Amino acid sequence: MSDETANGSGDDGEDRRDFLQLATYTVGAVGAALATWPIIDSINPPADVLALSSTEVDIEPIEEGQSITVVWRGRPVFIRHRTADEIEQAVSVSLADLPDPQSDADRTQKPEWLIMVGVCTHLGCIPIGQRETEPKGEFGGWFCPCHGSHYDTSGRIRKGPAPANLEVPAYSFLTDTTIKIG
Amino acid sequence: MKFGTNLILPVLDWVDYRLPVFSYARDNLIDYPTPKNLNYWWNFGSLAGILLMIMIITGFFLAINYSPHTEFAFASVEHVMRDVNYGWLLRFMHSNGASMFFVLVYIHMFRGLYYGSYKAPRELLWIIGVCIYLAMMGTAFMGYVLPWGQMSYWGATVITSLFSAVPIIGDTIVTWLWGGFVIDNNTLTRFFVGHYLMPAVIYMLVIVHMWALHQHKSNNPLGVDMKSTADSIPFHPYYTIKDMFGLGVFMIIYMGIVFFAPDMFGEPDNYIEANPLVTPPHIVPEWYFLPFYAILRSIENKLVGVIAMFAGVGILFALPWMDRCRVRSAKFRPIYRQFFWIFVFDCLVLGYIGAQAAVEPYVTIGRIATAYYFAHFLIVCPMICKFEKPLEPPESISSAILKSEQEKTAKGAG
Repeated sequence: MSDETANGSGDDGEDRRDFLQLATYTVGAVGAALATWPIIDSINPPADVLALSSTEVDIEPIEEGQSITVVWRGRPVFIRHRTADEIEQAVSVSLADLPDPQSDADRTQKPEWLIMVGVCTHLGCIPIGQRETEPKGEFGGWFCPCHGSHYDTSGRIRKGPAPANLEVPAYSFLTDTTIKIG
Repeated sequence: MKFGTNLILPVLDWVDYRLPVFSYARDNLIDYPTPKNLNYWWNFGSLAGILLMIMIITGFFLAINYSPHTEFAFASVEHVMRDVNYGWLLRFMHSNGASMFFVLVYIHMFRGLYYGSYKAPRELLWIIGVCIYLAMMGTAFMGYVLPWGQMSYWGATVITSLFSAVPIIGDTIVTWLWGGFVIDNNTLTRFFVGHYLMPAVIYMLVIVHMWALHQHKSNNPLGVDMKSTADSIPFHPYYTIKDMFGLGVFMIIYMGIVFFAPDMFGEPDNYIEANPLVTPPHIVPEWYFLPFYAILRSIENKLVGVIAMFAGVGILFALPWMDRCRVRSAKFRPIYRQFFWIFVFDCLVLGYIGAQAAVEPYVTIGRIATAYYFAHFLIVCPMICKFEKPLEPPESISSAILKSEQEKTAKGAG
């Protein structure tokens, strides 16, 4: 800076020109970057899609051993009333055997109710196993037919290409028999 | 350029002096010097160019009858098929045209591989070609989503979810592609616009491809450069007529499929409207993606699988530097020629495996074929050019032709 002051009145004015050029480029680049944001943000989910982000479900009619599928944010959510046997299987697994270690207690609020997004974490297919007649995979939970991922009775990935457990959405029990997802 | 002195031609002269379109056309389409020894494998580039025009024209007339909305898309395609005059013809020409486009381009690419058309000084020509291929894949994928059938929907789900494998920003990218938390109307509209926009990009890439091609002119089956006028013939009428003949043969096959087997390449599931809550038991992509789909499924880890799949295409960019043998044509490369056919076979195996369910023995075969696919580029090509002793290519195109003519005459006399 002292150089610039020294040369300010002087012969070449190079420093001042460099500074003006740099400042112009900087302002131009920042301005262009800022102008890009509204365009990028316009491809994010719009307000009406975000507004659909919670669903209330009455779970009283679901008998033990039954599952239902509800729609939340356009995606299927599996709600399963687990049997004591399934809970036992889910709890007894050693965490060291899991590709994505998570205890069953971390995935449920009440052990008999398993609530999770029914979208395979590999490439987004819907695993089968909701109906009693459907194959449930090698671990008695769910099986994704697209690329062969097996999920256990806690919805945890056990075998196949999926990298993570089935996602547990944010939900809360409004009453003992009503839940709010989202 | 002087056209002459009658009534019309001075006008052409006037235009050409200001905007040299006529000189340009003469230099690049009529007098354009072309190797005199091109065989029929050199028909496929121009065929692909003609098919691009057919796709753009049929696509325009389909688009004016189509509704890019989840509630109307499926019905509007059926409306095209049943109500619009010749709508069935437009749609089947367009959907089968996509398959034929890939047939032509794959043959065109294997032609380039066999005759070394990617080698100096045509590396950029090859690279631009790979860019066209990538743009075609994106366009075809987005187009397949538009009928909004079950395969459209679930194919789109699987393919867009590939991007979720990207660390950290993967989910954001997917949300951007979808415009929501699932594939929905926002996805359909952006894919429709993308599908309509991409052909313009492809068209421009084709112009750049032509530009690079005309700089050093066509390669040829001997892989030696044109050295004198004795090596070349003018493009018109010699290759215009040959291309037209090839076009006739191609149209017999293409329109034969359109008229007699229009659903041959399609999946029956795509005649069921998209249902976001039911995944079809067996999802297969369109046939032209199958080799890469097989690569994806061969690898157990999601991220590595996705990287391998993209690398399968991306490695083509590096090919000019993997195979540095200075002899271009496989005609003079006895070892490469054999490995070329092994590679073709490997690609066909991958395509077959991609269509099968993910069970044994297909998984193991797929893994071996995937390993060989990459080994071809990374190990086989560099090793061959180190150890192979190529035959001596002829001095020039014309000398090769003269020599074989002399041999024929000698045999005839003997």
